[in-house]
Amino acid sequence: MALDMSYKGVMSRQDEIIKKSTRIEYSDYEINKLTFDYEKMMKDTGINLQDIIRIQRETGVGNTPLIELKNLTRLVRKISPNGKGARIFVKDEQCNPSGSFKDRRASISVYMAEKLGYKGVAAATSGNYGAAVASQAAMRNLDCIIVQECYDSKKVGQPEILEKQRKCECLGSEVIQLSVGPELFYSFLRSLEETGFFNASLYSPYGIAGVESLGYEIAMQCREQAGKDPDVVIATNAGGGNLTGTARGLIKAGAVDTKIYGASVDLSGLHMASDIDFNRKSFTTGHTGFSIPFTTWPDRADVPRSAARALRYMDEYLLVKQGEVFFITETLAQLEGMERGPAGNTSLAAAFALARELDEDQVIVVQETEYTSAGKHPLAQLSFARQNGIEIKFGNPDEEIPGKNIILPEHPSLINSRHYEMDKLRSSYIKNALKVVDVDELQDIDIEFLAEETNTNVDYVKKNLYK
Amino acid sequence: MNYDAKKGSWVQVHQIILKPEERTAKIPEETKKVPLELWVKGYLNVEGNIGDVVEITTLTKRRVKGELVEINPIYDYGFGEEFVPELVRIGEMVKSIVRGDDK
Ligand SMILES: Cc1ncc(COP(=O)(O)O)c(C=O)c1O
Repeated sequence: MALDMSYKGVMSRQDEIIKKSTRIEYSDYEINKLTFDYEKMMKDTGINLQDIIRIQRETGVGNTPLIELKNLTRLVRKISPNGKGARIFVKDEQCNPSGSFKDRRASISVYMAEKLGYKGVAAATSGNYGAAVASQAAMRNLDCIIVQECYDSKKVGQPEILEKQRKCECLGSEVIQLSVGPELFYSFLRSLEETGFFNASLYSPYGIAGVESLGYEIAMQCREQAGKDPDVVIATNAGGGNLTGTARGLIKAGAVDTKIYGASVDLSGLHMASDIDFNRKSFTTGHTGFSIPFTTWPDRADVPRSAARALRYMDEYLLVKQGEVFFITETLAQLEGMERGPAGNTSLAAAFALARELDEDQVIVVQETEYTSAGKHPLAQLSFARQNGIEIKFGNPDEEIPGKNIILPEHPSLINSRHYEMDKLRSSYIKNALKVVDVDELQDIDIEFLAEETNTNVDYVKKNLYK
Repeated sequence: MNYDAKKGSWVQVHQIILKPEERTAKIPEETKKVPLELWVKGYLNVEGNIGDVVEITTLTKRRVKGELVEINPIYDYGFGEEFVPELVRIGEMVKSIVRGDDK
């Protein structure tokens, strides 16, 4: 009998398709509807940090330089009170084969796919991850399909996404391009079923384990170059894998006092599944449209239990404006001679603002850069925004309204680190948990789980549950 | 008859995956009004014209049917269609502050 390929039909086979394409039995880790054993899931990859580093060396991933941004720090100090202005370092992750830290994630997944005997790999991503999977697949002689949300209903694509599509194709991958909408997952499942390829999910334990080497390298390099652990490491945050893996690596390196900050571009007011809003944003990742939903409920990903659980590790969460990231991107190019892409520069903008509040002897590490090019460059982005009726002007970025204008700071002192209340994220997570399980059903083990998930304690959770 | 594309040409085809009425509930109204569409590239299995429903073989050897929309599709984005002079000003601003001649 022919398989039912309708939306309902394919979605009803979801568990089966995911299991066949990941070889992970997620139910093994589930204690009940809510609680699952995260650490066991990570451990059962059977891959430790040494293995990760070895596997990544096989394909030239990792071991990227940590660079001190001396002119940028100088600029910070020029506009800060005496004694303020932390040293800013950046981990130049664009040196990875496909140009971003995403190679670390792809490297372990594609290695597993090869080891388990799959003929190819597939991933659902509109981001740099597609290029990373395509690149790793090329090195390991596997076929590759990337499923990408690419166009609005008029077949107009954000230049950054078009660049990401080109790169996948130029690395030899097949790209399935879709119009806006979360039903992308349906197309992705269909491709997995049709091809029998490995699901190189961004959110599998392999993907996240692969980022641990990044945190580990940062600790080692920072000790060598600055003589101490970083005071703060800032990660651009969307789905949460970047922050999660980096934090886990830092902990494994013993950098337990280092604070982990997330940073995202504030795109509040724009709907991620809107055919109209789709091309009214200048950032396609590292923004609040992904970050807030995923931080407050990670298990909305393409696997049942996401290994990216940012709230477990995040000490603070900073928001920056689109105009600030463009400003910093240009500043990095013209003061430091480094042209880099938008996602990495999101945390750099936050670091710039934060550095003004910290002492001169403190160290902030921006944990990634990404490559830039046609499509990703501010020239492409701002020109596209203008074409779409977005006003671009100098002024105070605090007044920026996503989808309406982009405000470039009149002066670098107007770049601001806006602390998003952690309490809001945590209570929102707990609220989301109560959509899965009834408050009366909760047992001690669940309360402990919620405390781990929100990086708080049992009292905090109880106070939120029963308020 | 002359066809737009010969058999074996590298082309892009287009499909409607879900009609507006088949889309899932939790999306904004403007998205619900439009279909979910798909584009993919591959080699044309028979000759065809733009607008015809044709079959292609993709790089992963999948056979896909769809409307022929482009032949030898190019990448036509770049560094923007209009220069953005504000970026020049940012460079000058930060350099003058660092060098101390911004007064
Ligand atoms: C270069 C870069 N930095 C940061 C991110 C954010 O990572 P995550 O989605 O794991 O939070 C992404 C991906 O979306 C990315 O491509």
